[in-house]
Amino acid sequence: MWRWLHPYAKPETVYHLLGRWLPWVAGTATLMLAAGMVWGLAFAPADYQQGDSYRIIFVHVPTAMLSMSLYVGLALSALIGRVWQLKMADWALSAIAPVGLTFTFISLVTGAIWGKPMWGTWWEWDARLTSQLILLFLYIGVLALYHAFSDNRSGAKAAGILAMVGVINIPIIRYSVEWWNTLHQGSTLTVFERPPMANSMLVPLLVSILGFSLLAASLIFQRMRNEILRQELRRPWVKQELAELATQQPAMKEQS
Amino acid sequence: MNSASNWQAFRAVMRRDLMVVMRRRSDILNPLLFILMVVSLFPLAVGPGPDILGRIAAGVIWVAALLSALLGSERLFRDDFLDGSLEQLTLLPQPLALLAAAKVVVHWLLSGLPLVILAPLCALLLKLPLQAWPTLVATLVVGTPILSAVTAIGAALTVSLGRGGALLSLLLLPLFIPLLIFASGAVEASLVGTAAWPQVLLLGGLSLLTLLLAPFAVAAAIRVSVN
Repeated sequence: MWRWLHPYAKPETVYHLLGRWLPWVAGTATLMLAAGMVWGLAFAPADYQQGDSYRIIFVHVPTAMLSMSLYVGLALSALIGRVWQLKMADWALSAIAPVGLTFTFISLVTGAIWGKPMWGTWWEWDARLTSQLILLFLYIGVLALYHAFSDNRSGAKAAGILAMVGVINIPIIRYSVEWWNTLHQGSTLTVFERPPMANSMLVPLLVSILGFSLLAASLIFQRMRNEILRQELRRPWVKQELAELATQQPAMKEQS
Repeated sequence: MNSASNWQAFRAVMRRDLMVVMRRRSDILNPLLFILMVVSLFPLAVGPGPDILGRIAAGVIWVAALLSALLGSERLFRDDFLDGSLEQLTLLPQPLALLAAAKVVVHWLLSGLPLVILAPLCALLLKLPLQAWPTLVATLVVGTPILSAVTAIGAALTVSLGRGGALLSLLLLPLFIPLLIFASGAVEASLVGTAAWPQVLLLGGLSLLTLLLAPFAVAAAIRVSVN
């Protein structure tokens, strides 16, 4: 497997590979998000209990799910960077963390907006909400530690260790609604059973989950490409790349 | 040259760290005084009624414990880092995780253990009902090792940064929140008269897991900081 993976450890290859994928991923993300949002917000039926205010689920659930999976991705890339000493994995850490932070923040804000009409309060010290807040702090901690080092490589390593330690929080968030009997409702989606949700709501939800995932992927791809360029700035291939860009787009050259 | 066994190295690091602290005794006393100060601020701030104080007592003592763990975290590795002995430790043939564990044990002996001894006095000051005292002490006994171990991870990560104080609390406090929730939950349970042992046992399990894994994280963090 290593023989097969080896070419992909080269920054130049990854840069071009991500560049080839990016338009497709971003394009599909736009389509899916547009479809999911329009379908969910305008055409899906209103909930018999919550009325129209449940529609924020089409933003809240995808971002909340992704906030956790992105953290797992962060910890995994930290682990890979730790075990195989791949600098690419270190860069992935700095590409993923801000996206995950943003998604966590969006899920907290949409949750508060949803909570106000349903529970009558913006914030409740309930297990799921509290653990999601801890997740936000963890993301902030990882980023703060990464930026505290003047040397990016040590910063990424230190932040990676912290990310791996913090992964203990993920099962706590995931199962908080099952372990503690709290205000927050149980999971909307279940893997092994049919979710207790009508198809007319479920399908747009799945579409918007897919849309948000692809959005996260395309943001991370672009951030990763930027990071590769930033780190490899003194390499010949980057200079060549930038020179090609400059000849293709003379307008850009004049601006810079 | 025959090298020392792992156990000998472990004891040597412990003895050296204890000796360093014994030569500067104010380092032992100050965190304890800090806890007493924090605890005695609360009756002045929220009013001395026993019904309020008794309810918040466990939370206050635990928050004071978290803050004093943060306060004492600097001395874990800072001096060793500055005079180069931390780097020497990484060069030893014995596993660094083991030596890190020795440092964690010393930190616990100097900050966790006195806190456990001090807890009844704090509980008295905060008018915690007597039935909750054993639970409070039990949560402190099983919980403070987690404090020392996790603090050591954070301290090792930030030791090379110079001004690590605010950053360190940003990194560590989120990791302490589950600990705080379980510990105050246990005391709360014994206050209302239900069984507190499930939460104490959970804390104990968490404590064992942390003590098992944290030394490796500390060792990895030291290697990042030193090179």
